[in-house]
Amino acid sequence: MRLDVERFSLSFVRYDGVLRQRSIQVLHDLTFQLEGGEVLALVGVSGAGKSLLAHALFGILPPNARSAGSLRFDGVPLDDATLPNFRGRHMGLVPQSISHLDPLARCGRQLAWAAERSNLRLTKAQLAERLSTFNLPRTVAHNFPHQLSGGMARRLMLAMATVGQPQLIVADEPTSGLDPKNAENILRTLRGMADAGCGVLLITHDLVQSVPYADRVAILNSGRLVGMETARSFSGAGDELTGDYARALWRAAPQNAFTPEGPIDA
Amino acid sequence: MTFWSIHIATRLVRLALVLAAVAVLSFALAKSSPVDPVNAYLGADIARAGPEQRALIAARWGLDQPVPAQFFHWLGNMLVGELGYSMTYNAPVIDVIATRFRTSLPLMGLAWLFSGIVGFALGILAGSRPDSWVDRGIRLYAYVLASAPTFWIAILLLTVFSVGLGWTPVCCAGPIGVVPEEVTWLQSLHHLILPLAALSVLGVAQIALHTRAKMVEVMQSDFALYARAQGASRREIAIRHGARNAAIPALTVLFASLGELFGGSILAEQVFAYPGLGRATVEAGIRGDVPLLLALALFFSFFVFTGNAIADIVYRVVDPRMDGKLLR
Amino acid sequence: MSDIVDVETPPTTGIWTTNRAATLGAATLGFILLLGVAVGSLSLGSFGLDADFAARLAAPSPGHWFGTDQMGHDMLARTVHGLAVSLQVGLIAATISVVIAAALALFATTCGRWADALVAFLVDVALGLPHLVLLILISFALGGGTTAVILAVAVTHWPRLTRILRAEILQLRQSDFVLASRRMGKSWAEIGIGHFLPHLWPQLLVGLVLLFPHAILHEAALTFIGFGLEPSNPAIGILLSDSLRFLMAGKWWLGLFPGLSLLAVVLCFDAIGNGLRVLADPRREQS
Repeated sequence: MRLDVERFSLSFVRYDGVLRQRSIQVLHDLTFQLEGGEVLALVGVSGAGKSLLAHALFGILPPNARSAGSLRFDGVPLDDATLPNFRGRHMGLVPQSISHLDPLARCGRQLAWAAERSNLRLTKAQLAERLSTFNLPRTVAHNFPHQLSGGMARRLMLAMATVGQPQLIVADEPTSGLDPKNAENILRTLRGMADAGCGVLLITHDLVQSVPYADRVAILNSGRLVGMETARSFSGAGDELTGDYARALWRAAPQNAFTPEGPIDA
Repeated sequence: MTFWSIHIATRLVRLALVLAAVAVLSFALAKSSPVDPVNAYLGADIARAGPEQRALIAARWGLDQPVPAQFFHWLGNMLVGELGYSMTYNAPVIDVIATRFRTSLPLMGLAWLFSGIVGFALGILAGSRPDSWVDRGIRLYAYVLASAPTFWIAILLLTVFSVGLGWTPVCCAGPIGVVPEEVTWLQSLHHLILPLAALSVLGVAQIALHTRAKMVEVMQSDFALYARAQGASRREIAIRHGARNAAIPALTVLFASLGELFGGSILAEQVFAYPGLGRATVEAGIRGDVPLLLALALFFSFFVFTGNAIADIVYRVVDPRMDGKLLR
Repeated sequence: MSDIVDVETPPTTGIWTTNRAATLGAATLGFILLLGVAVGSLSLGSFGLDADFAARLAAPSPGHWFGTDQMGHDMLARTVHGLAVSLQVGLIAATISVVIAAALALFATTCGRWADALVAFLVDVALGLPHLVLLILISFALGGGTTAVILAVAVTHWPRLTRILRAEILQLRQSDFVLASRRMGKSWAEIGIGHFLPHLWPQLLVGLVLLFPHAILHEAALTFIGFGLEPSNPAIGILLSDSLRFLMAGKWWLGLFPGLSLLAVVLCFDAIGNGLRVLADPRREQS
């Protein structure tokens, strides 16, 4: 599988006064590729517009969003006509927070619905098996989302995103709010999926945490792509990094104990 | 369990307090009326009654006592179920309310159910595709009808279906000249259709607008977005997630709308001369039938407040997120 | 405060459209129509109130657009007069209601917890009786007549607005300038008059306009069932109640047009209310 993002821009139309409307651009001219078998980490501070890219890929932007440029999956442009065939079946989304689960539906049911949406009918036993693959106890099926811990909810959403065996997985901040152990667990699972042939787009604000699991790292700042590095080059003092911004970001990480030399965030 | 008992206890105390306040308020209002109850009772016989006779009547009703004493006398009677005597209907108030309630119950009950079911369905339909033509149509219907006077809708229905087309009877709960006991259920239904339609129209509009608003919110929620990202169709999202999440607010509004229902029934029954509680309220007010008016006020407020309490409890019982959080 | 759900004013975003320019346009149109009614009723004078027995119960025609009634009155003229009466009653009643609501909301938020609990209880009691029953009771207590109707409508409609205003003030209480004033030693009463009230003007105005339709509808209902205004005063409720007597004879125009006009007036007020809401808070109403 192959994902092409080409000169993709995104803006929103807002009311600025009583009748005056204004357009605010949030993503500028993004271009990158993602192939099966690799994990691409898209790193940026919160508010940089990372989640919007994920929403754009799945065609779930709010109505006042305007986009330009192209998004292609295996060469097919993703638009309202083609997306219904891709969503769930070829592309899976791991959303950001527990608010993406229906608060009034039992978890087992939501997993079964996710399967149905990928044209699969799961038996009770298969459902339980899916849950245990992601280290979730069987009882989770009878729970409501608010009864799950953060880590369990994340694993459930991972189970839902992957139930249709998609070739592309987009994970939107899958580790935010999790303790290091749970976070590593999630990242390791994503890495495993890439090793099995999937393309994984890992959207995160945590550079240091994602580097060990990624093949490449794209850095987003104020809606612009400011660097594309191999994950390997994030080591030592970051001398192998090609971009200044990437180097500054790497050195600024508390674990690396370097003093920042440049602007971290505009 | 303790949460429950505390919650229910607070509810009961509040119900008692509100009912007491309504009793005081109603009694004070009735007492301050310039309509003289003795004159109201005498009606056409007013000229034939001498001062002694009037004093006798006043004494029998305790009207010669100071007002607070009258109030407590009346309240004591109410508490033991002694609701007094209705001069308008020449029968004990309790009997009047019982008979009229039986007539009104099918009308109000069916209108209530109908509002809930049709209103909810329309709201789901409209809210699942905001700003589509279906939504615009439903919104226009609901908005216009929620703004139209109920009694005018009733008049229009009467004009078209009873006078114009002759499909439905023009008044009452049964054919004229037939005693209530001999009216068949088919005849009852025939006489019920128009008042029911008039009364449902407003309820449907309200429930539909509330459901639509919730539905629009749900369709924009994170979980609806996520369902779409999983490949769910709009229809599927509307049914699985929308209806599920809009049901609790709709149920709450439905239970909390009993006051509106009673208000509407007063007007609808007036237009169709339907002999129910609503018409009795109007008669009691116009003829100065104080015992009946007061009893009806308490009766209605008991239902309204109970409806609100149920609305509150339903919300806490049905919503799984509320477990163990009965007290805010 | 009170957990009674607001059933009577369902949430809406305008009838036809959520488009802002259209909302404001509808508001302007509504305003012009209402102005037309007011001016029309003044310029009509007593025209249409004089009987013309030559033209009794005439169907709508170019001479009498809305037809005539049993006394030969022109129904269009009577309807315009009736609407003017409704507007007057509605204006006075809604204004009184808004004043009561503002006073109680300020009282509840600035005079301590007991004041808050008391206001909450009052709201419960006022909403615990169906509106129409309360209206009948009040009208009965005052012995009917125009003043009774105005007062009855006025004292029935404050609870919902009180609740909205109270919530608004509680939000204001958290704001920096209020906290600063507190630290400077100002009392809640001073802050209430000095800070809350000026900030509430837009809410009060919108509240007033949105109360109007309820006030008018309830006035008409009360008049219709025979409690309200004197029969000589041709309010819409009386016109509609009269129309029932001639319904069987097929005189449909007596009921259709006055009711339709009342509906139009209510919709005009809704349009104006929605327009004002956009103007009062342009940012919050993002779609």
